[in-house]
Amino acid sequence: MKNPYRTQKIAFFFLFLATLLIVIPVGLIVVVIIQKGFPAINWQFLSDIPRQGMRAGGIFPAIIGTIYLVTGAIIFALPIGLLAAIYLSEYSKDNLLTRLIKLAIVNLAGVPSVVYGLFGLALFVVFFKFGASIVSGSLTLGIMILPVIITTSREALESVPYSFREVSLSLGASKWQTIRHIVLPNAIPGILTGTILGLGRAAGETAPILFTVAAFYLPQLPHSIFDQAMALPYHLYVISTQVPNVDEKIRYGTAFVLLALVLFMNLVAIIIRYKFRKKKKW
Amino acid sequence: MSKIVTNNLNLWYGVFHALKNVDSAFEANRITAIIGPSGCGKSTLLRVFNRMNDLIEGVRTDGEVIIEDANILNSNTDLVVLRKKVGMVFQRPNPFPLSIYENIVFGEKIHGDRITRDKLDEIVERSLRDVLLWDELKDKLNEPALRLSLEQKQRLCIARLIAVKPDVLLMDEPCSTLDPQGTQRVEELMRELKNKYTIIIVTHNMQQAARVSDDTGFMLLGELIEFGKTEQIFTAPFDKRTEDYITGRYG
Repeated sequence: MKNPYRTQKIAFFFLFLATLLIVIPVGLIVVVIIQKGFPAINWQFLSDIPRQGMRAGGIFPAIIGTIYLVTGAIIFALPIGLLAAIYLSEYSKDNLLTRLIKLAIVNLAGVPSVVYGLFGLALFVVFFKFGASIVSGSLTLGIMILPVIITTSREALESVPYSFREVSLSLGASKWQTIRHIVLPNAIPGILTGTILGLGRAAGETAPILFTVAAFYLPQLPHSIFDQAMALPYHLYVISTQVPNVDEKIRYGTAFVLLALVLFMNLVAIIIRYKFRKKKKW
Repeated sequence: MSKIVTNNLNLWYGVFHALKNVDSAFEANRITAIIGPSGCGKSTLLRVFNRMNDLIEGVRTDGEVIIEDANILNSNTDLVVLRKKVGMVFQRPNPFPLSIYENIVFGEKIHGDRITRDKLDEIVERSLRDVLLWDELKDKLNEPALRLSLEQKQRLCIARLIAVKPDVLLMDEPCSTLDPQGTQRVEELMRELKNKYTIIIVTHNMQQAARVSDDTGFMLLGELIEFGKTEQIFTAPFDKRTEDYITGRYG
């Protein structure tokens, strides 16, 4: 005779196992990186330039380079992404053009990051003659995170209840006033969350900056946005594969800093979302 | 004097004929109730008067709706001006997720130029007094409006509306989410307000229409079957269908 409870127990066990399997790699990555990388972290490592062919010294230029790149990407991608999201969620009608735009965004999200790198090389480095520079890298990263920003912003805008728009219009507000005074303020937490998630992604990518900005080794900080810069992910790649005899501590230390940066950004996004959910009033 | 007159008004949602040859005249400083079973077009009719139906795709109207000598169905009607003049109270109380104060000054912020704080304070006080909320709320104007009770919210929405100084108040089942006490108080408020405004209320609650309105229109399947003094409609309707509805044969 069949025992439904036993079947359920078995199913439950496998479901739990699958869930556990998700947690294990995340935990392992974090544990290994912290264990091997944390001992390398000290003030000198964070604030000094790399020395002795990157086998000693710090990673300061790479940290600064990544911050520049991420900032540049956001300056470019946030306004465009947000305006596009407002257009798509508030103004666009459901027609062929809109469907094409939405399809393009979905596809943009699916493009492999190395293809963005090549595209950035062709367009910004070569065609616009920006050279390998912070501008080229930022613009490339910006295009890469546009889909994230547009999609999350659209969701944030569309989650503002229709009744708010309706009543605003009924009070004689124009459509733009309604967006400006009612829809946007209520969507900002969602937009911020999406933006930070985009930032985290931009900070961690190697391929898009490979051909557009990243320097193998620079003893000084960039002077202008048309200079090359070092960046954490590329630096990690370099000291792990291109330079022999780099102390494991330095490699894992770099990975630790990169991971900490990305996790920190995600954490900020989670906190904003959490606070917003708690305050959410409709 | 008639505030709103409709002549041969027709409206279609796509191919669905939702309003059929509606001729009516709504008097100023009176409360007119529009009653009828669900789907009869009463809300649609209400939403013609401030052109809220424009928000729905595929809506087509023809005929005339005259408000102050102008046919508001004309494509050159300034919707901002129209909606300032003809305001709407919705079925569900829908204050913005802002403070009580900010809710009321919303219209002023949208329409006015730079206004002094004193002027805004004055508008808030006057509007809240008009909806009989001032004494209850004067000490917590900066609290979130969404913390109020349903009835207070609905009154606040009315206050927010009359801060824009409309002539006409369109009310789309304004009491349907309220308890009997709240309903009673909002009805009292409506009687108070009719001295200053023209009020049109859509309701599927016949008792409410009988209690609160001066005139009543009965709609069925997109047609305005009968329109007259409330007393007459409820005691001696001319049309058999009105009588059937009022006596509860369907609805």
